[in-house]
Amino acid sequence: MDKPQNQRAWLFVLPVVIMVAFSALVPLMTVVNYSVQDILGPEQRVWVGNEWYRKVLTDPELHGALWRQLLYSGVVLLAELPLGVAVALCIPLSGAGSSLALVFLGLPLLIPWNVVGTIWQMFARGDIGLFGVLINKLGIDYNYTADPVAAWLTVLIMDVWHWTPLVALLAYAGLRAIPDAYYQAAHIDGASRFAIFRHIELPKLKGVLTIAVLLRFMDSFMIYTEPFVLTGGGPGNSTTFLSQYLTRLAVGQFDLGPAAAFSIVYFLVILLFSYIFYTVMTREG
Amino acid sequence: MSMLVLGLYIACSLVPIYWLVCMSLKTNQEILGGFSLLPAHFDLTNYVTILTDPDWNQGYINSITYVAINTVISLAVALPAAYAFSRYRFLGDKHLFFWLLTNRMSPPAVFLLPFFQLYSSIGLFDTPWAVALSHTLFTVPLAVWILEGFISGIPREIDETAYLDGYSFPRFFVRIFIPLIRSGLGVTAFFCFMFSWVELLLARTLTSVEAKPIAATMTRTVSAAGMDWGVLAAAGVITIVPGAIVIGFVRNYIAKGFALGRV
Repeated sequence: MDKPQNQRAWLFVLPVVIMVAFSALVPLMTVVNYSVQDILGPEQRVWVGNEWYRKVLTDPELHGALWRQLLYSGVVLLAELPLGVAVALCIPLSGAGSSLALVFLGLPLLIPWNVVGTIWQMFARGDIGLFGVLINKLGIDYNYTADPVAAWLTVLIMDVWHWTPLVALLAYAGLRAIPDAYYQAAHIDGASRFAIFRHIELPKLKGVLTIAVLLRFMDSFMIYTEPFVLTGGGPGNSTTFLSQYLTRLAVGQFDLGPAAAFSIVYFLVILLFSYIFYTVMTREG
Repeated sequence: MSMLVLGLYIACSLVPIYWLVCMSLKTNQEILGGFSLLPAHFDLTNYVTILTDPDWNQGYINSITYVAINTVISLAVALPAAYAFSRYRFLGDKHLFFWLLTNRMSPPAVFLLPFFQLYSSIGLFDTPWAVALSHTLFTVPLAVWILEGFISGIPREIDETAYLDGYSFPRFFVRIFIPLIRSGLGVTAFFCFMFSWVELLLARTLTSVEAKPIAATMTRTVSAAGMDWGVLAAAGVITIVPGAIVIGFVRNYIAKGFALGRV
């Protein structure tokens, strides 16, 4: 913290502040406005206090979406973090093979999200998709358009396929940053492979893993496009997550008040969880 | 052993993409007629359809237009800010930085309606500008975050030496500083490009006809004209190409790009 104090630095930050104020603050204020008013017409609005909040928070459909969302984000984190770290441990630290592996590994990250949905729509179909046909050949009755559990699992597998590379890339960056001396010391001590991982690599990875957890949590909590294309939120409500629910409320039914109230709650929930993850993961050490 | 695991993982992760490519080379009858691992003959009709039908190729042009605008805007506003965050302390700097990051955390669905009204009221609805500006919601915080990490990696002595040598600030910035963080700018541009290119919800809501992005063209075709699987697959393959080209360029810097910085 030996940076010089310089209030003129605000001039440099000003463009960003104006930009973000325009694209985030103004809209957010509109949302707050809507959440406490009933809009009857262009110039007719009534203050309703916390009515919309109460209505939204007691909506059973929202509770369903929220539990599905929490379960989904939880499973996504539990599946993608260990898998991503495991894959990263397998990538050689240097050489032509490593950069080639990185390119292939990163490919799913660069596919537009709706195309990800389209790919899995084709890949997982029971009649024309490789994945669906294979599973059915194994004697398991699999049809993601009719069976809620199958649909939910398909969305999950799609997410693991799509986002594990991000965790792997981040973890790989962290592994590369570990100085050789650490490994040599461990070698002299005769440490086992697992001990090296447990006492050298894992502690050193904490920084990048924090980023990975935060990014994966935030993004899986906001997931919209992929399930929208793959299942449209169905069958029933089995893959309707929070963003789907909100979009339906706001654009589908045009329920401005409840949609706005829900938006605020949604945003606060993400902030809260991100803050908890962040403080827990950076506290020790 | 570890190479085997890695190879296996990469092979598995490429299978869905292989399937997409495979579908794009089949005709619709072949896709629906029976299951086969390889296309019977390499049929490029689907690609020809996309490249010649203005409904389709205009979508690509629209997408690239707003992604380019977004990347330029994001870099232009984020660079000075990242420099300030990295080099100076000033009133409220930490709070400001965290506030910027919270925008990365806000679900686009929350901003759907206000954006729609905002851009309609200033007459930008259905232009690439509306989509580009709305995407700055998440690209600008990300750009500041990544650039700050890169700039902090450059010793401050370089700035000071330049001033001692009589460089004015703007000259130092353009002549010395920007060349130094070229790779950082590249990675940042890559991430802005990527997140703007893959987003659908805002892009679809803020456009209708004139500026319709390719992603929206794809979803609307699905719901309207039944399933034209072959063309849809070909359209998907083409959307992967720009990303694949860009990742080839920046692969060595990507992982470095995220530094938790000061948060």
